[in-house]
Amino acid sequence: MTDSMRDRMGAVVNELLATDEKTAVILADISTNYFQNAFGQYPERVVNVGIMEQTAVSLAAGFALEGFHPIVHSIAPFVVERPFEQIKDDFCYQGLGGTFISIGASYDYGTDGMTHHGPGDVAILKTLPRMQVCVPGTADELETLLRQTYANGSPTYLRTSVQHNKTSRPVTFGKLHVEREGKDGVVIAVGPMLERTLAAVADMDVTVLYATTIAPFDAEGLKTAVSHATANIILVEPYYEGALVQDIAQALRHTPTRIEAIGVPRQVISRYGTPDQHDAALGLTAAGIQARAARFLNNG
Amino acid sequence: MVTNHEQLAALMNLTDGDKKHDPSAYSTTAVLSALYNHILHYDPANPKSEDRDRFIMSKGHGPLALYAIMAHKGFFPASELTQFLQWDGILGGHPDRNRIPGVEASTGSLGHGFPMAIGVALGLKAKKSNRRVYVLIGDGESNEGSVWEAALLAGDLALANLTAILIDNRSSTRHLGDVAAKFRLFGWQAEAVNGRSEPALVQALATSAADRPSLVVAEALP
Repeated sequence: MTDSMRDRMGAVVNELLATDEKTAVILADISTNYFQNAFGQYPERVVNVGIMEQTAVSLAAGFALEGFHPIVHSIAPFVVERPFEQIKDDFCYQGLGGTFISIGASYDYGTDGMTHHGPGDVAILKTLPRMQVCVPGTADELETLLRQTYANGSPTYLRTSVQHNKTSRPVTFGKLHVEREGKDGVVIAVGPMLERTLAAVADMDVTVLYATTIAPFDAEGLKTAVSHATANIILVEPYYEGALVQDIAQALRHTPTRIEAIGVPRQVISRYGTPDQHDAALGLTAAGIQARAARFLNNG
Repeated sequence: MVTNHEQLAALMNLTDGDKKHDPSAYSTTAVLSALYNHILHYDPANPKSEDRDRFIMSKGHGPLALYAIMAHKGFFPASELTQFLQWDGILGGHPDRNRIPGVEASTGSLGHGFPMAIGVALGLKAKKSNRRVYVLIGDGESNEGSVWEAALLAGDLALANLTAILIDNRSSTRHLGDVAAKFRLFGWQAEAVNGRSEPALVQALATSAADRPSLVVAEALP
């Protein structure tokens, strides 16, 4: 894998534009460089609205009303949180489908401060009925999940990130991928957290499930894993910690369960640095995850 | 036979009414009568026909006049009007496209339908359709920032297949001033007419510009 998730988005979306006359792309001054040719080739269905994200999302719904499949793209806070009500009303409530692809996961824009961070995107989108949420760990996985969810009738959020795993897994939309099996607990690693989590639990006898679909959650996959291991659940997420806790609790409601949720803590992040520096400060390194997982498994 | 807005208002009395939205509903009667009797191209028997004009009631509020004329035109039985706001009815306090045949977009939260109409207009252009999009916005709704985003965008895109109707019944807390002049500055054709005069509305709605979006300000003073 040599390209970034963002690059792959540009390539796949351009291919969709060329092969499906019902693809529409709505931009808000972000990643326009990928679509310079497309603006001229498909002027009615590739639109850079400027910096007006609420209008971008409603306009995309208008395309969907006409039978198009709209793809909306911007930085996470501006494609999720600012036009949240437009996603809710215009897509989820109206019964329309569309694809929302973000860059700027959590603190990918690590030196730009909190306004450009997006650790809350997955949690708030999970409040919406009909919303599908995917968190790929590599560019290949982004492409797979984009193609598997494209034009399936529901709104889908694809969260790209600068951080990624080295090796892609054979992911399937809606399914947990079983990475390895053990007896003392079940670890659920989300998207780009997988490989550091594998390093963290290398010496522990635990099952590791890889999650790239966050909504709808694969409850059956988790139940199957728990049927072969102690219900000590360790959740490792790259956004605000605990977004999947409710799904886990619901899936295992008949099983006495312990849960440790590791992810970005809900605190104001005021330092400026790289994503790796933020991870280190928040304990989201392999060593940090290893320490919390070991303490949890030892009933700490 | 409803041929003018006075008769439409009488038809609205079939319902028990929604008192808090009555002024909003009555301010739209002449506009809706002009649209559905003289301007819009549609087939109630085939409400999703590609060969139809699209009408989006962006403001969503006060939909009773819309329901009344749609029932009269045959989109759904007039008996539904007696079920307005009722559990077993399809006609709610704001229109729902998934429940009411002929309603293009579900609206109610202000400032959503106008930018949606831009997407519909672009979609029609991409499909090489000659049909138009008409979107009704309110003066109170025009406090929303997204209305002004949409005004800027549609003007800059020179979307000639889009007509907006802004009903000004002085419901806006902030005084809008000369809203037609403001839209002209954004690149629109815009004129203000008596919003309770159906002939004046028909004439204004029938004279859309060929190279830019059109706005008709319907002044419906209380």
